Amino acid sequence: MKLIILDEYDQVSEWAAKYIRNKILLFNPGPDRHFTLGLPTGSTPLGCYKKLIEFFKNGEVSFQYVKTFNMDEYVGLPRDHPESYHSFMWNNFFKYIDIRSENVHILDGNAADLEAECQAFEESIQDAGGIELFVGGIGPDGHIAFNEPGSSLVSRTRVKTLAMDTIQANARFFDGDLSKVPTMALTVGVGTVMDAKEVMILITGGHKAFALYKAIEEGVNHMWTVSAFQQHPQTVFVCDEDATLELRVKTVKYFKGMMHVHNRLVDPLPATQKRK
Amino acid sequence: MPSNKTVSDAPITQFINCQILKDHKLHREDLWVRDGRILDPEKLFFDEQGYADRRVDCGGDILAPGFIDVQINGGYGVDFSQPSGDTGAGVAFVARKVLEHGVTSFCPTLVTSPPHVYHQVLPEVKVQNGGVHGAGVLGVHLEGPFISLEKKGAHPERFIRTFGGPGGPGGPGGVDHLLEVYGCLDNVAMVTLAPELAGSQSVVEELCHRGIRVSLGHSVANLSQAEEAVQQGASFITHLFNAMLPFHHRDPGIVGLLTSDQIPADRLVYYGMIADGIHTNPAALRIAHRAHPTGLVLVTDAITAMGLPPGRHTLGQQVIEIQGLHAYVAGTTTLSGSIATMDMCVRHFKHASGCSVPEALEAASLHPAQLLGISSRKGSLQYGSDADLVLLDDQLNVKATFISGEEVWRK
Repeated sequence: MKLIILDEYDQVSEWAAKYIRNKILLFNPGPDRHFTLGLPTGSTPLGCYKKLIEFFKNGEVSFQYVKTFNMDEYVGLPRDHPESYHSFMWNNFFKYIDIRSENVHILDGNAADLEAECQAFEESIQDAGGIELFVGGIGPDGHIAFNEPGSSLVSRTRVKTLAMDTIQANARFFDGDLSKVPTMALTVGVGTVMDAKEVMILITGGHKAFALYKAIEEGVNHMWTVSAFQQHPQTVFVCDEDATLELRVKTVKYFKGMMHVHNRLVDPLPATQKRK
Repeated sequence: MPSNKTVSDAPITQFINCQILKDHKLHREDLWVRDGRILDPEKLFFDEQGYADRRVDCGGDILAPGFIDVQINGGYGVDFSQPSGDTGAGVAFVARKVLEHGVTSFCPTLVTSPPHVYHQVLPEVKVQNGGVHGAGVLGVHLEGPFISLEKKGAHPERFIRTFGGPGGPGGPGGVDHLLEVYGCLDNVAMVTLAPELAGSQSVVEELCHRGIRVSLGHSVANLSQAEEAVQQGASFITHLFNAMLPFHHRDPGIVGLLTSDQIPADRLVYYGMIADGIHTNPAALRIAHRAHPTGLVLVTDAITAMGLPPGRHTLGQQVIEIQGLHAYVAGTTTLSGSIATMDMCVRHFKHASGCSVPEALEAASLHPAQLLGISSRKGSLQYGSDADLVLLDDQLNVKATFISGEEVWRK
């Protein structure tokens, strides 16, 4: 596991975006060789998406041969509802880049058969050859995607009933009206994300400090689903100073001492590996 | 990959690398057009899995809704009010020329004229869509002849009338008389009249009933007369400050409509502003803009000489003289309309009022569209609207004009 500690949210966003950029470039994707990328929604990854858009506009990276798989989507919310994750991805990322529609995979929360939809999603990941890099964020309770506390750590893509906490937290996006908040979602399982070759988790802000502590300093525990990634061979946590507030000084110092090594991962690649 | 042919065969154009004016702000995003209309790219992406067939690189410039001029008397040597035997051709000529000023649709305006001119000219000026042939015609704006003698401006006095037709002032003859004078209202979008004329109430109501906008102007109406006309349906003020009583604090006159509390709650009064730097002092422009920003409609009130060199030219039945940016009734110092172009007015308005770029652009697009009741298809870049567009640099100089998504002019 790597833990990348940066001063603030903006640096976290930039580091993560550069990491994704470099992964895509090093993979050297083409028409018969797509880079597969798992993507989250929420406020944490917004800055990372902004940076990736900037890199795209500068010609540093293309998404033409990238396939994306989103973590989750509400059940029963119209696709074009401003709070749907389809809308989120379109408005914050896809509309600005050159990704192709047929390479975008977002669970359909309005599918007639939700079970079949989840099964098909798993299969589409398999068909694409698995996921190279799954990017995620976490909630203050340590949930990844909609895998809330108590979710099985070997779970697969499925229908999930949302916890009352989550529904209440989401009410602000639905005119503060609890009755308008979707109560169910489709989500990838912890096991689905665990299958990715590499996982990158973004954690920022003091309110997530306890979750980060639970994620990396205590044991694997399904009450903090993100802790499962302790057993993943290639996980990188990217956080800001505030998110480290609950960590031991020793932990923080150890990882900060390795930043000069880890920062090489996001150095610009030689021009030969870049697209024109 | 071409667009998804299962939904529509029409090619899709994507304007890239632009700042688009939407929801009162400039957004750094692309604009998509299919079948001459603005397309929701999110639906295209997720529902159709379709793509653009053609890309237009805007080089980082501003892409805004095309300008709409609701008051233009002519230009480039053409005078719409001068029966030439082929006013239709004159309108078509001006329609083509104004494309370079970002105007994608307009209301050809006739000043006070004798009935035979209306009878001859009105049937020749048809409402029609724009295209490579020129800007669209939204309908004629009839400015007069039912106006005040005292505020005639450059209108010829001998043709000015009251509503007193055969039925007598105020009688049902008002509307009949108006129809007699104009002949036909089929292609009329707006009528400017003086509300203090006896019989105006029934005329205002009848015109509004027929879907024709009523504008107040060339008038000595006091505020209550103006408010009454608005309550009867009038929705516009013709070139605010010009040809009306000056603002007085005990009776602000028509100008007082900008802050009146007698306007029905679901209605807005719009007002035309000739922002050429001559017809309205910049301070007066700022007073109006700050009092009622959402009602401001930029108009050129351009005359024959717009686009022509200095000298003597005809306007309606009169001769006017161009000196620099001023156009006078020959031999007098009475202003007779402007020779400003719409893009000049937008730039001057922004400069004089200190307003934002979106505000300046919307005063020439969104507001006139709202005034005319066509904002669902013109005046904004919302999905489903006609793709009438103007491409401008940061200084608001027009670089290209598009109608229904097709380029119709480029610098």
